[in-house]
Amino acid sequence: MVIKADKLNLDFETNDGVVHALRDLDLEIGAGEFVSLIGPSGCGKTTFLRVIADLETPTGGSIAVNGQPPEQARLARAYGYVFQAPALLSWRTIARNISLPLEIMGLSSGEQQERVERMINLVGLDGFGGKFPWQLSGGMQQRASIARALAFDADLLLMDEPFGALDEIVRDHLNEQLLQLWKKTGKTICFVTHSIPEAVYLSTKIVVMSPRPGRITDVITSDLPDDRPLDIRETPKFLEIAQRVREGLREGHADD
Amino acid sequence: MTGLQKLLNAAAALCGFYALVDGFTTLSPALLLAAGLVVVCGMRLSPALAAALPVVIRPQLDLVISLIAACAVLAALQDGMVGAVWGIAIAAWLHGWLAVEKTMADDADATGFNWVVSLGVPLFFGFWLLFFWEALTIGLGIPTVLLPPPSMIGARLVTSTAILMADFQQTFLKAVLAGYAIGCGSAFVVAILVDRSNFLRRGFLPIGNFISALPIIGVAPIMVMWFGFDWQSKAAVVVVMTFFPMMVNTLSGLSAASAMERDLLDTYAAGYWQTLFKLQLPAAMPFIFNALKINSTLALIGAIVAEFFGTPIVGIGFRISTEVGRMNLDMVWAEIAVAALAGSASYGALSLLERRITFWHPSYRTK
Repeated sequence: MVIKADKLNLDFETNDGVVHALRDLDLEIGAGEFVSLIGPSGCGKTTFLRVIADLETPTGGSIAVNGQPPEQARLARAYGYVFQAPALLSWRTIARNISLPLEIMGLSSGEQQERVERMINLVGLDGFGGKFPWQLSGGMQQRASIARALAFDADLLLMDEPFGALDEIVRDHLNEQLLQLWKKTGKTICFVTHSIPEAVYLSTKIVVMSPRPGRITDVITSDLPDDRPLDIRETPKFLEIAQRVREGLREGHADD
Repeated sequence: MTGLQKLLNAAAALCGFYALVDGFTTLSPALLLAAGLVVVCGMRLSPALAAALPVVIRPQLDLVISLIAACAVLAALQDGMVGAVWGIAIAAWLHGWLAVEKTMADDADATGFNWVVSLGVPLFFGFWLLFFWEALTIGLGIPTVLLPPPSMIGARLVTSTAILMADFQQTFLKAVLAGYAIGCGSAFVVAILVDRSNFLRRGFLPIGNFISALPIIGVAPIMVMWFGFDWQSKAAVVVVMTFFPMMVNTLSGLSAASAMERDLLDTYAAGYWQTLFKLQLPAAMPFIFNALKINSTLALIGAIVAEFFGTPIVGIGFRISTEVGRMNLDMVWAEIAVAALAGSASYGALSLLERRITFWHPSYRTK
């Protein structure tokens, strides 16, 4: 098990009282799975991802990442995190942005260079290593940030709505590339989204969440074939799964 | 030529024509030549001539004419500014304007850095400022105690170079540089410590605020008591003046990195120093340079004013206060010129450095 959450709770104290961001979350994610967390805003999907990353501390229950508490997993550099925005440092070139985690982890400069080249090639940014982030399009920036998250070869990739700010066409393209990357590297991916087609297209497992309090309403295991061209989204199988996700989302809202 | 350019050209020709008619018998040959050139230039308004001989509408021609006319006016200044000379002076200025106008219009479509426009135009502007200053003060016979002409100040700069150099060395090279380095350097270090500790933040910010509110004329005599008459007390005043702007700006800069960027470094399990050097300090650079630039002028003011409160017999501030008493206003202006040059040069050097270091900032980015 890469991630195991057991009765996980997280309450935020606010001026308007306590907000239950996560309520009794039970979830297991196995090695090599592609798991999407989907739900309306406020359902705690990003919070859950941040708990896995040790950027938030749960107030109850337990969570293990690679069998360790999240803090140890973070200190062991067990995961790469891709944020909603590319979060590239504008004073560093793309290549030096990708080598940032490698510098921090103290790799030799030869090793850094070799990995950066490999990552740039992997995400298809060949020839752009010497450019600065603000000279690239949004889609290219987000690809660079994925390369950065992959550079230190963690087995777990946490992605928080990475393509949310991009237009439909770029998004389709990056979804396709992400699937190929996942197949090529065999990593475990946790992917937060609020797009149903994106979740169904990418995932082996879809976790449907709903807000107030943030909780899981459905876990759907997708039996779509591994090989997924973009037009798989028109097949009855795909639409059936999408329908189930939509129902799960609606169910969560019926409580209000 | 555009409408504005035609208007400028016509106005200049009219001024030249007036000068010829009004002063044909009295003007010096140089002035007559200048006025004649200006009038002849008016013929460029005819589209036929401009089409047949495009070289006549080049900005270089306007530049040459304006300089010839300006020199002729300057040479004739001592005889007083009669109406005809005013006409030529204004015509010269109009041709200068015309030259700049044409150069800028040619440059509007060009890309990249253009030395002529970036450096030449401001210099040319400065030249005209000095020209009219000279013409007005001499031509109208303004007493030199009120406002000496630039030529007199320039003569002072040349004849009193040794004194000015000694003053510059005392005030700028010793007091300002030492005070600036100590003030900005210590504020930078304190800001980093304060950024790390909430306790220090609560303690230091009010104190810094308090110190910055102290009037310099109160601080300066105290510093003379503490550190003696020589430059050390002036450096101390500069330290007091520069500390707070640097600390506050560095502090804002250190928190300029976004929450997401901090989270990013956290996911790499980066240590404090790694976060400081790889994220916080680079992100703080625009703020730090802001403070360095503000302080470069503050420091000079501080050191000069501090010298009014006790000093050995050398220094820009000392010279200004004593020469005012002796009615040597040209010396005062020469010291002001030295101080202004030193201040502008340090500000300019810092701006250049800033461009190099914070090239990534949205205000400097080039695609």
